[in-house]
Order: sequence, then structure tokens, then C-alpha cells
Amino acid sequence: MNTICVIGASLAGLLSARALRGQGYEGRIVLIGEEKHRPYDRPPLSKDFLKGAISETDLALESEGEDPDLEWRLGGAATALDPAIRRITLSDGTSLLADGIVIATGASARRLPAAEGLPGVHTLRTLDDARALRADLKTAKRLVVIGGGFIGAEVAATARELGLEVTLVESGQAPLAHVIGVTMARAIAGVHEKRGVQLVCGAHVTALTGAHRVDGVRLADGTHLPADVVVVGIGAVPNTAWLEGSGLELGDGVLCDEGGGTSVPGIVAVGDCAAWFDPAQGRHHRIEHWTGARQRAGVAAATLLSGGTARPEPARPAYLWSDQFDVKIQLIGQARDADTVTVEEGDPANHSFLAVYRQGGRPVAVLGVNQVRLFTRWRRHLETAPAQAG
Amino acid sequence: MIPACPLASLPRGEAVRLNVNPPIAVFHTDNGEILAIDDTCTHQDASLADGWLEGCEVECPLHASRFDLRTGQVDAPPAKRPVRTHQVVVQNDVIYVVPSDAPPNLPPCVTVRERE
Ligand SMILES: Cc1cc2nc3c(=O)[nH]c(=O)nc-3n(C[C@H](O)[C@H](O)[C@H](O)COP(=O)(O)OP(=O)(O)OC[C@H]3O[C@@H](n4cnc5c(N)ncnc54)[C@H](O)[C@@H]3O)c2cc1C
Ligand code: FES
Repeated sequence: MNTICVIGASLAGLLSARALRGQGYEGRIVLIGEEKHRPYDRPPLSKDFLKGAISETDLALESEGEDPDLEWRLGGAATALDPAIRRITLSDGTSLLADGIVIATGASARRLPAAEGLPGVHTLRTLDDARALRADLKTAKRLVVIGGGFIGAEVAATARELGLEVTLVESGQAPLAHVIGVTMARAIAGVHEKRGVQLVCGAHVTALTGAHRVDGVRLADGTHLPADVVVVGIGAVPNTAWLEGSGLELGDGVLCDEGGGTSVPGIVAVGDCAAWFDPAQGRHHRIEHWTGARQRAGVAAATLLSGGTARPEPARPAYLWSDQFDVKIQLIGQARDADTVTVEEGDPANHSFLAVYRQGGRPVAVLGVNQVRLFTRWRRHLETAPAQAG
Repeated sequence: MIPACPLASLPRGEAVRLNVNPPIAVFHTDNGEILAIDDTCTHQDASLADGWLEGCEVECPLHASRFDLRTGQVDAPPAKRPVRTHQVVVQNDVIYVVPSDAPPNLPPCVTVRERE
């Protein structure tokens, strides 16, 4: 191979490029990124960066002096792919031929059609989003967050710490309930309530109000929640629209085998845009967490360089973390699959506990809340038995 | 030289945190080496003594950057800077740490951490 093109110049793209070098590939690597920024870290965008505790330079993913000899093409998207000849068309109309391709285009924040173009309404995915939200929060008094996923809950916590009045609207029984189950989600909801976040659960948003700028959120039961700023945190969609019609198999993301190989030889996909086949679950599964990209970039690089003959190690169970107020939340495995959950250490009422999720008696997931040391032990336990942990 | 603990109280595979300022973590690796580094991750405020020891590397308990206990080098982001290493001396079955006089690489937002 003489030229490998990596599309998407963020976490998964950078780590793939590094892994290619680490595995001895000496040819040309071109990184194509839609954003004009060098790769940066997204998790702080809803936490320390939004709070103003760290700066933009702290977000950089590249180390100082690092030089894996990469060719950067930033500020323009790839708009089409011809997999047969591996030709990539860019937004400026030019195109590029590659011998190997890594698709690492990530995901975008899902939007509320009703909110399009209304000033004061934000989603949070990129550095530019975070800059705009940070600026808007400076003068705001009341924030309404729509959606109690991780990003919504984190933004609510950060804004509260900044002194805003915060209301979090969630359609389920508690924020995060779809990921960690209702019982444990209630314990974390308790942290938010104690710190003064107003939670409105089981509620559906029917409209955003305001003529020239948002001034509130209307719920299905008629309630009107006044707001100076609204954050829509209703999930993310994989960035695969540009691949439609290319012939590459798509589902909820680019469909890949367990080594990251797509339906076309010479093309792999990794990170938030990719749904790898998970033999333990018997289905494709898209992981939208940091360590998913980190653990898989090396595997995808090996698949590409070996022409698909490298045998990947069994995947480790998904791991994610979240910081809300002074609470560190860690989760490994698929809590959704569990039929029981038990607190094995600490007390949810004190916001420091460890809970184990079991399916048919065997652990499938572990949740740690301010239990870093013990969580590491459990994580090790689950990771060393990956085939069972899903 | 700071006394850490008796050799017998730190089995292989375990770590102990010294509440000096900034804190130091001492590891006993599976093949019997005893190595010391700053306890605070260079990325954020995590205690590396709570991390996952494998060979002579420790994986940060929060975001999984791995540090080489001998050189302090980090393998991949989110941490970008090496962690400071310290010399270890074992005398009369007691582990001592000779603190480095190089400046530490503490994360942003952490200057000096107080622990109970
Ligand atoms: C606010 C926020 C907080 C988060 N917090 C956590 C957390 O606490 N813990 C955790 O585990 N995970 C967290 N995550 C998730 C984590 O950041 C992602 O899993 C990670 O960024 C995935 O990396 P990626 O490279 O696959 O995708 P992305 O980071 O989305 O990067 C994809 C890149 O590709 C570019 N791109 C898209 N389409 C094209 C195209 N057609 N051509 C060229 N370039 C393109 C995009 O502009 C983007 O720069 C958070 C995410 C966000 C947004
Ligand atoms: S705190 Fe150690 S890697 Fe983030």
C-alpha cells in the first residue's frame, strides 16, 4: 500500500493513523477532516471546558513534538466514496485515490427539527458548539436541557455549578435510565436534585417558544418552562450520510466485521461511526464512547494492513465514564441485558456505591459511582472474561 | 528518603499511596520490581495507585492512558505528558522512596492535592 486515507480527523482517525505507523506502515497517510481544528478531545466539552476550568490547548489530542508524518486536509468534508476504485471526493470538488481507507467520521448531535435556526438553542458535539454554548451561558439565568442522556446530564451539572437555574426534561423515568436502569438512575438523579437541578421526568416536549430567540419549552401537559438557553441532548447519529449509495453496507453506522473490516476489502471503519459485529451479542453494535475508539483503532489498522487476515483479539466489554458535579460515574458492560442489580459496596444515598448487574447469575455490567479503586478490580474481572461479559 | 512501608505489606500486584505532597504511588509488579511514580495522573485528578497494574505499566483508572512505571512515558491519549518517576530503595525489608527533584507534571486544575 502506498496511500492510506483516513476520513475523519478526530479521536478514531488520529489513533488509527498512529496505529498504522506503530504497525510499521511507512507509506503516505492523508487525514481528511471536516472541522478546521486539529484533533481535540470531546469529553471535556460538557464538563471542564464548558465550566471554563481548562483551555482549548488542554483539549489537544496530539502530544507536543509528536510527528507521525501525516498529511492533513482539514476544513473540508469527504462527500462521496467510490469503493470499487477507492476514490474519495472532497467538498471542494477534488478527489483522491487511495489503496486503503479508514472511515472515522464519528457522529453528530441529533437535532430537534422544531429548534432549527432559533437563537439560544444549542446542541453539543464540536468545539465550535461548546464555544457558542459557553458564551451564551455567560449571560443566561435559566437553562432547560432536553434529554437526560450523558451529555444532557453533564451539561445540566456544569451549568448548575456555573450558578444557572437548571431544568432537565427527560421522557423516561429518570435521566440515564435507558443505560443503567431505573433503580440506579434514580440514585444519580438524587445527586442532581440535591444540587438544585429541577428534574421533570416522563415529560414530552411539544414546542420551543420565542419569536426571535428561544424563551421557553412547552411540554405535552401544557407546562411552560421559561428558558434563556436550551440545550438539546437527544443522542447522536452516525455520520454516514455521505456514504449512502456508495454500496458500502450501512445500518446504525457502517457495518463491520469483528475486526473493523467493512463489506468492501481495503476499507475499514472505526469509532462512533462504526457498528462492529459483536460475537458475544450475535449482532452489530455501535459503541459511542471514548475507549471504544481507543481499543479498536489498533485492531482496524491491523485488519487494513493484513488485508483482513489478522485475527482480532476478542473485544473488551464497552467502558464509559461520566463526571457530574463531584460524582465520577463509571460503567462497564451492558447493563441493559441484566435481570438483577445489587449494590455491593457503599450506599446510593451517599452517592458513593458500586452496583453489579447480573444476567442469570453472572455479572454482565458494573456501575461505579465514586468508587474508582473498587471499580478497577471489577473492570479487570469483567475484561478478563470478555466472551461472557458482552 | 521517605519510608513507604514494610516490604512484606506490599504484595506483588499491589500499590500503596504515600500522602506526601504531591502524593506518590509505589507499585510492586508481578515480576517483583518495586517502582514509584507520582500518584496523580497527568491528564486529570485520578490516583494511579487505584489503576490497573499490568507488567510494568499502570493503566489510569479513569480514562485508560497507560504509564510505564520505569520511564514514566505514556502510551496514548487522553494523557499526553509523562508522569514523574522516583527512585526506590529497599533497606532492611523496608521500602523507601527518594523523591525526584524534577518538576511534577500535574494535570491542569490540580496544583497540590490534599488527601485525608
Ligand atoms: C460533549 C461530549 C462529551 C462526551 N463525554 C464522554 C465521556 O465522558 N465519556 C466517554 O466515554 N465518551 C464521551 N463522549 C464520546 C466521545 O467523545 C466519542 O466517543 C469520541 O469522540 C468518538 O471519536 P470518533 O473519532 O469516532 O468521532 P468524532 O469525535 O465524532 O469525530 C469524527 C470527526 O470526523 C469528522 N467528519 C464527519 N464527517 C466527515 C466527512 N464526511 N469528511 C471528513 N470529516 C468528517 C467530524 O467533523 C469529526 O471531527 C463525549 C462526546 C461529546 C460530544
Ligand atoms: S485521568 Fe488519567 S487518563 Fe484521564
